[in-house]
Amino acid sequence: MTAAAVSIRNISKTFGKGGTIALQNIELEFQPGEFISLIGPSGCGKSTLLRVIGDLIEPSEGEAIIGGKKAHQARLDRDYGMVFQEATLMDWRTVEKNVSLPLEMMGWDRGARRERVRELLALVELTGFEDHHPWQLSGGMQQRVAIARALTFKPSLILMDEPFGALDEMTRDRLNLELLRIWEATGATVVFVTHSIAEAVFLSSRVVVMSARPGRVQRIVETDLPYPRTNDTREDPRFFELATEVRELLRESHEAREGQ
Amino acid sequence: MTRVGRLLAEWAPALAILVLGLVGWEVAVNLFGIQKFLLPKPSEIITAFWDERSVLWPAGWYTFTEAFWGFVAGVSCGIVAALVLARFRPLGSALMPYFIAASAIPIIAFAPIANAWFGIEKSSKIFIAALLCFFPVLVNTLRGLRSVRPQQVELMRSYAAGETALFRRVRVPTSLPYLFTSLKVASVLAMIGAIVGEYFGGSQQQLGIQIKNSAALFQFETAWAAILVACILGLAFYMAVSFAELVVIRRYPSAPRQRG
Repeated sequence: MTAAAVSIRNISKTFGKGGTIALQNIELEFQPGEFISLIGPSGCGKSTLLRVIGDLIEPSEGEAIIGGKKAHQARLDRDYGMVFQEATLMDWRTVEKNVSLPLEMMGWDRGARRERVRELLALVELTGFEDHHPWQLSGGMQQRVAIARALTFKPSLILMDEPFGALDEMTRDRLNLELLRIWEATGATVVFVTHSIAEAVFLSSRVVVMSARPGRVQRIVETDLPYPRTNDTREDPRFFELATEVRELLRESHEAREGQ
Repeated sequence: MTRVGRLLAEWAPALAILVLGLVGWEVAVNLFGIQKFLLPKPSEIITAFWDERSVLWPAGWYTFTEAFWGFVAGVSCGIVAALVLARFRPLGSALMPYFIAASAIPIIAFAPIANAWFGIEKSSKIFIAALLCFFPVLVNTLRGLRSVRPQQVELMRSYAAGETALFRRVRVPTSLPYLFTSLKVASVLAMIGAIVGEYFGGSQQQLGIQIKNSAALFQFETAWAAILVACILGLAFYMAVSFAELVVIRRYPSAPRQRG
């Protein structure tokens, strides 16, 4: 039996002394190669959960296991790549140098780095932009550089925190398609935090719907739309059904909280 | 238009102002019969500047070396202190208020005491110049080292980076524009510190003493000529630091909006 890609065991997180409960008794398991979206209202702890998986935040209780390893060990072994809402590129580095940063830290030699960066820039369709600086690129292009950077050391897990949240809708739709293509090409497991129902349903094999205060898993929606998904998927009746289902779940949790 | 021609066209208004200013000064002194001890004519200053060159330039150079070594000592200590304080955060937080308070102290007031500690020759001036340079460099560099965005820290941690790698790859490059701003300030302060330090006692080789003695002997055109030497050297120092900035920032550029 192979280990789950991510196994979240009874995780709770409280910020401050007796403060807000960001996460309460979260139990989740993601299989290798799955595309998982975490969706929920602000304050549902979806970004916190992502950071617990990445060992960037310590949970108050419980533990995250990544491919059979404790999250801390998985981070030290560089088992995952991370993409944030802001591209978080280093202004002083060119596109090529930004993408090769993780490889430099792993001690790859120059030739090997260059070769790998070339492959990755081809994958995100940025060949020819090696010598540009981040501010010379559009927001969408910057985010593609960030994705390439997250893929440099071929991680089996990619954690994405609203990576397309700051982009306009057209760019977002295009990058959604591109992300699916990359996901299919790499076979990695993706955990994707988003605010957008359409984005969650379009991308994911499963959507984890969370509710806020305290952050809990409300329901997991299986999105049984066939891959590869295309622009036509967005017009599929089943796509609308699933989006409606997620929307109603979110509304339910919202109304339940209002009613308290 | 040729390159030289364009450059001339660009600088012509500034040059015209300089010439007009000097002519206006000369005419005004003649016209209103302004006493020499109040304001000598530019032509007299230039004459003194030429006649006394064998005294003024060696004195200027002597004072410049005091400023230079004070700058080197103060800046080095400032950078090292900033690195230590940024690395050990609690220590930095404990000491920072004192450094900010100390940077507001009129350090030049210590000049007579520095004479008592180090004698009236070079070392007391170097000490004052160094002390003047130390605080702005420390405060600015520390601010730069700390102005890293939280996501950049998370990104580096996701690559299993330790503190050393975080410093090398992110904190130090981020702090460079802050550092150079403070270096330019320090270059000016170092010259001020050396010259004013000399006013409190020194030898004939020093420019500050030349200015002081010429004024005491009613040789005001010589005093002005000595000030002109100080201006030229101070400006050259500032420009050298700016040039170093240009070279370094070319290697570590930041987005245009941050260049100010």
